[in-house]
Amino acid sequence: MFAYIIRRVLYAIPILIGVNLLTFALFFVVNSPDDMAVSQLGDKYVTPEAIDNWKRKHGYDKPLFLNPDAGGVETLTDTIFFNKSVKLFAFDFGRSESGRDITTDVTTRMGPSLAVALPTFLVGIGVNICVALMVVMFRATPLDRGAVLVFVALMSISYLFYIIGGQFLVAKTWKLVPISGFHPEGQVWKFLILPVLVGVVAGIGAGARWYRTLFLEEANQDYVRTARAKGCSELRILFRHILPNAMIPILTGVVVLIPALFMGSLLIESFFGIPGLGSYMLDAIRSQDFAIVRSMVFIGSILYIVGLILTDISYTWADPRVRLS
Amino acid sequence: MSRQQKETTMTAGSLAIRDLEVIVAESGEAILKGVSLELQAGKIFALVGESGSGKSVTSLASMRLLPEALRITAGQVFLGQEDLFNLPEARMQEVRGRRVAMIFQNAMSALNPVQTVGQQVAETLKLHTALRGQALRQRVVDLFAEVGIPQPEQRFGFFPHQLSGGQQQRVMIALALACEPEVLIADEPTTALDVTIQDQVLRLIRELTHSRQLAVLLITHDMGVVRQTADEVGVMFRGELIERAAVDDFFRAPKQAYSRALIDALPDLGHFREPTSEAPLLVLDDVKVHFPVRRGLLQRVVDYTRAVDGVSLEIRRGETFALVGESGSGKSTLGRAILNLEAIAGGSIHFRGESLHKLDRNGMLPWRREIQVIFQNPFSSMNPRMSVGEIIAEGMLSLGVEADAGRREARIRELLQRVRLEPSHASRYPHEFSGGQLQRVAIARALAVNPQLIICDEPTSALDVSIRAEVLELLAELQREFGVSYLFITHDLSIVPSLAHRVGVMQWGKLVEQGTAEQILTAPQHPYTQALLASVPTLDTT
Amino acid sequence: MKPVLLWSDALIFLLVTALVLFFWRLRRDPQTRERWGEVFRSRLGMVTFTVIIAYVLVALLDSLHFRRALENPEGNSGGEVYYDNRVTSVLDVLSGGMGERFERTYSAPFALLSFEKQTIKDAAGNDIRDFPPLEHAGRHLDDPADKWPDVARKSAVGLGIGLLFSALLILPQWWWLRGSTYPWYASWAVQATLVSLAAWMVYLSRYYHILGTDLGGADVLYQSIKGIRTGVLLGTLATLVMLPIAVSLGVMAGYFKGWVDDVVQYLYTTLSSIPGILLIAASVLLFQVYIDLNPDFFDVGMEKADARFIALCFILGVTSWSSLCRLIRAETLKISQLGYVQAAHAFGVSHTRILARHILPNTVHIILITFVLDFSALVLAEAVLSYIGVGVDPSMGSWGNMINGARSELSRTPTIWWTLSGAFVFMFTLVLAANLFADLVRDAFDPRTSLRRAEA
Repeated sequence: MFAYIIRRVLYAIPILIGVNLLTFALFFVVNSPDDMAVSQLGDKYVTPEAIDNWKRKHGYDKPLFLNPDAGGVETLTDTIFFNKSVKLFAFDFGRSESGRDITTDVTTRMGPSLAVALPTFLVGIGVNICVALMVVMFRATPLDRGAVLVFVALMSISYLFYIIGGQFLVAKTWKLVPISGFHPEGQVWKFLILPVLVGVVAGIGAGARWYRTLFLEEANQDYVRTARAKGCSELRILFRHILPNAMIPILTGVVVLIPALFMGSLLIESFFGIPGLGSYMLDAIRSQDFAIVRSMVFIGSILYIVGLILTDISYTWADPRVRLS
Repeated sequence: MSRQQKETTMTAGSLAIRDLEVIVAESGEAILKGVSLELQAGKIFALVGESGSGKSVTSLASMRLLPEALRITAGQVFLGQEDLFNLPEARMQEVRGRRVAMIFQNAMSALNPVQTVGQQVAETLKLHTALRGQALRQRVVDLFAEVGIPQPEQRFGFFPHQLSGGQQQRVMIALALACEPEVLIADEPTTALDVTIQDQVLRLIRELTHSRQLAVLLITHDMGVVRQTADEVGVMFRGELIERAAVDDFFRAPKQAYSRALIDALPDLGHFREPTSEAPLLVLDDVKVHFPVRRGLLQRVVDYTRAVDGVSLEIRRGETFALVGESGSGKSTLGRAILNLEAIAGGSIHFRGESLHKLDRNGMLPWRREIQVIFQNPFSSMNPRMSVGEIIAEGMLSLGVEADAGRREARIRELLQRVRLEPSHASRYPHEFSGGQLQRVAIARALAVNPQLIICDEPTSALDVSIRAEVLELLAELQREFGVSYLFITHDLSIVPSLAHRVGVMQWGKLVEQGTAEQILTAPQHPYTQALLASVPTLDTT
Repeated sequence: MKPVLLWSDALIFLLVTALVLFFWRLRRDPQTRERWGEVFRSRLGMVTFTVIIAYVLVALLDSLHFRRALENPEGNSGGEVYYDNRVTSVLDVLSGGMGERFERTYSAPFALLSFEKQTIKDAAGNDIRDFPPLEHAGRHLDDPADKWPDVARKSAVGLGIGLLFSALLILPQWWWLRGSTYPWYASWAVQATLVSLAAWMVYLSRYYHILGTDLGGADVLYQSIKGIRTGVLLGTLATLVMLPIAVSLGVMAGYFKGWVDDVVQYLYTTLSSIPGILLIAASVLLFQVYIDLNPDFFDVGMEKADARFIALCFILGVTSWSSLCRLIRAETLKISQLGYVQAAHAFGVSHTRILARHILPNTVHIILITFVLDFSALVLAEAVLSYIGVGVDPSMGSWGNMINGARSELSRTPTIWWTLSGAFVFMFTLVLAANLFADLVRDAFDPRTSLRRAEA
């Protein structure tokens, strides 16, 4: 088990190097630093001096991979590649194009992201499982077929409409909570209720439908027939036999998402004005701040890999048949 | 109605099924067409028939456990005086497990994988008795001991996958017997087990039937099992019970031709095929196939699974060599090694004096014409997206047999006729055929390149008994006609006498014994062969 | 008139032709035919398929582009013809100039007056603040009070014309499909509804703005219709880019195993570990930099937007192949163990032939299911990407751009609901139809579900 985790962690290293090379190629090879300077400065101010200035200011005035002028170890280290990509491995994210320290930004913004994402995630799973269980109880009846249609319809609505509709109904028409905003102190929950609600409702269609399929798949297994032959009631079968077995795919399907909760949600945070990592990313994209995007790509990849490892561990925990080796 | 009530009082205390009819809800197709039978305490009623004949549907319908797609349209099931079909569902739940218990075919999947086996047996007791706590646990342990599970105390906390197939089935039996039911329905309880284990489980059921005075409905497709265990037999055919008789009468004088065919499929240990004295075609010398076992941080190879561990044998021209062994004994791997689909770790394979084991993919090509193969599952051995004609032509094309399109077509038609199919079948697709027909296509496909040796990997184990005999007969006929040799891989000793000239018995990758069919089947030397043979159901053992 | 062939036009026609040929070929295979039969034997299958086809037809009509010839300026007697800088599509012509009737700003559906007050001159020539009358709505009315009776009258005429067209469309089908056991009537009902609705819209839009106008005064209905092409194209082209990568890598990884498998697995794990939205955003932004720096590559403004659109499809395709690749790899691993592949090995069939004849055809169901499922996911993704600012070019009509432009309109007082509703209805109909159809396709083709049915 321990050896397995170590091996998975080691396996993560080439993947992170791959992510790093890919982003580096995307950001510096497809477009030269000159191109970026031009587009950042805007058409009006493009002079060779302005470009050089911009590049120097942001540390893009060095060669990409090899700097023969620097000599010694610095041939390798005094380059864009080393400064902008290799240093990410030491969690040294550097400064954004607008000059802010990315590491500080990330740590302060993680909290609000988590404050929205974690309740959404937990409540969402709970609600989806309950809804799916109710539907499964009525399987092969018109109620079940109707519910599936509703799920598909819910899935077919764009996330944006959930947010806009939620704000319109709950905040504007009924005036129950503020439309948007966030205060770290005081009545935080007031600002969290609506984003969480919207997040949960938007997820019901896809989530409940998926869980329903998992439950039905288990309901067709032989051991369910055995349980019936024992004299179990349908409710007992659902909760004592089907649910524990279906929890295995459910658990392993959602565990991979847990680390990514730190990243927050782009849309929710921007619409509700929550100062988390999601809105941070969105602002970075809109202002074309590639330093932040690069750092977030790296953080996102690490969290994903952590999620994969957690998934494997959760397998052994949920399923007695699985032994990691 | 009054007459029926009178009948039920006569059979009080056990289960009686009356005129049971079941249809497919969607299409209205009849699955059961009025089945009636009675079970008696202390007796085993065997319900036999081939797959799809409605045996399992009968048992599930009588317990009202049918899948949603099927519907009961008529009939009654009496348990004592009560018609089970009139009970509300809550009362029915009290009957299931308490008064009527069931055992299913595949214990591995019939047990809940995430509950310990102890808990699963305890659940039945909890549902129907007042036992709780330590007393409950003790009762489960006692049951485990009664059905012959070693170390029952420890086994209580085991998960199903930690037990062997035989022990899993014993857990199923313990689970069924937990509440001391009056009736036991056993649906193919031994089919998924190896023959030696199968025998033990059947004995157990037999003993418990007498000691507990159970009324048992034993569903099986295996006439040997019937002969060994049953008191009464019912033969099912396409949803009808076509014959019922006491077991001795049944085997002595079956009334229906279909029953006769089922009985004839049992092996006859009186007649064997004489070994031939032709020159050897294929010679294996100390062949080994090893699969690496990786472990640790760097996944180094720490050990090997010795799937085939030093097998030497030879097959002569026009001879059938039967390779017998239980699942996992390495017999199929050996077949794949001969076909050069598996690299060998040691030893040598010579075909007509030429060594095959050193050849690469291209070097092997000329020999692929000589050595062909027929697989176990006819449904998965045909590409569902190719017509039968294309399937047969594929080998001819890639091995350069009959390059001319017209002559190839003619040859395909001729081959189809030879395996007793219609030439027009060439344009049809595999899913339009039955298992037996597909296995004929597989034979035609192998014959298309005029091989000298055909490796038959369990070619009949997926087929029903009556069809099995036809396919085996066809193989024997083709051998007489073309002088082709067979390496016949099987787990089923019972088909060996009519088929093989010589027999080899494999266990754990080693060939423990080989000799002529007569030697092996009448005077086995190795204890494993003796055990295998003892568990083969035959006509003249009782 | 001068035809204009945009890259996306060429690709969509290529794609549709390829799909038609592909399905034509599939007909040969009886098993596939049977499964398709299962899809279309349900009324839901017929209805959803008809809806999807209708959307695709609109997209195709909107992909036949040309530039109108301008009338020769006076005094220029030379033979040279000048062309309008705007690109028009056949759909624009068929819609009867719906897109050319601009107002100054917002107006509600069927309104006669603008939504916002403006300084206008009254009859006496004095400046007053009032709601000005619309340029293109209700001009034929003498009395504003006649509006609703007039709408009803015109609707009757429009629907009447629509029904006539429907009859012309359906009668030949009815003749052709006599004796067919499929529920064609369901499809015909949808066809009649859609055709009548279209005729009604075209006819009525000459007198009113059916869905009002947006901030810039553009007709909302027209914009919603223009969004169809973007949605349909994005949904299909991105998948089309992704398919060859995913299928070839997946099949090779599953079949050859060993180092090929290691490399492919490494590639897709790496790719899927990058947060998708960031990767897409970064790629689109970088491509936008490229477009901005090379403005001379493009003849008309629409070509620039088109280039960005194609790039978006490619980026979506290249970044999203990992999940399909994983499925195909797993399926190939399974198929490689099956008897018929083993038999092919035993017959010395070459690798390429095994891949082409045995493996690929048996993964088609996965490709198909993914294709339909991804379609709706991509249509939905377009809206989100547009909101983030990395979607299709703002000059290109799309539902995402509509929603993005109108996202704060609901919070205004009084509420402006029609822009969002227009985008919502058109988008929801397409995505719902695609999702329901995808469900049916999966039920018919997924061996697990069909197996379950066979056992039951």
